[in-house]
Amino acid sequence: MLVSNIEIIPGRKVIKHLGMAQGNTVRAKHLGKDFLAGLKNIVGGELKGYTELLQEARDEAVQRMVDQAKGMGANAVINVRFSTSSVSAGAAELFAYGTAVVLE
Amino acid sequence: MDILILLGLLTTGYVFGRIAEKRHFISIRAREEEYRDVLAFSARFPPPSAAPMTPVLVGGNVVVAVDYFKMTAAALRNLIGGRVTSFETLVERARREAILRMKQEARAHGATQIFNVKLETSSIGQGASGQSFSVEVYAYGTALLAGKAD
Repeated sequence: MLVSNIEIIPGRKVIKHLGMAQGNTVRAKHLGKDFLAGLKNIVGGELKGYTELLQEARDEAVQRMVDQAKGMGANAVINVRFSTSSVSAGAAELFAYGTAVVLE
Repeated sequence: MDILILLGLLTTGYVFGRIAEKRHFISIRAREEEYRDVLAFSARFPPPSAAPMTPVLVGGNVVVAVDYFKMTAAALRNLIGGRVTSFETLVERARREAILRMKQEARAHGATQIFNVKLETSSIGQGASGQSFSVEVYAYGTALLAGKAD
């Protein structure tokens, strides 16, 4: 399964468009990590726990998108976009979407 | 007593925040030099070529928190308006770091070009621990590898 955020893959032809594939996940912060992040807010710097958390969440959103595309019979997802929104204080939604296509 | 705690927090934030930011910028500059050969383009289309290429989605993210001193400085700045320089450097750091991580992933795949680079910034707002401000930057793009694979 090819995943790409460009619309044209060099040397490959799109033979069928299957519509949009999407995947999302909502993650809440871990209380302990949030406490540590609160302390980190005094001295500043990278919040490694959050960086990892968001990366994991994003990977999961992509995985769900890929699963959906597979179910549609696609062999690639092109023009992938990401979007993040905070649903409530302490929870964030990660959303990945793209066009499921069949490449020759 | 309260004013002492506040001053303590401000001083800690100022001293450690400054050191951390300086170190981070030094490290960013060093790694930018190191990853100079990995090119990132915001162009939507790669140059036309007959050779088949394999695209790989690469990305890098980072969450950076602001220190107590900067947060206070920004709160004061909010009263009179104008440039909030303390937050400008924060977002700059996060962005450059995210791009570097994306380049790092591209290099791990053996790619030297990344197309359609997009940057996404979101603020991770207030948590359970009260007022806090941190920003997440995610940089992503498509690295092209020579050859065809499915």
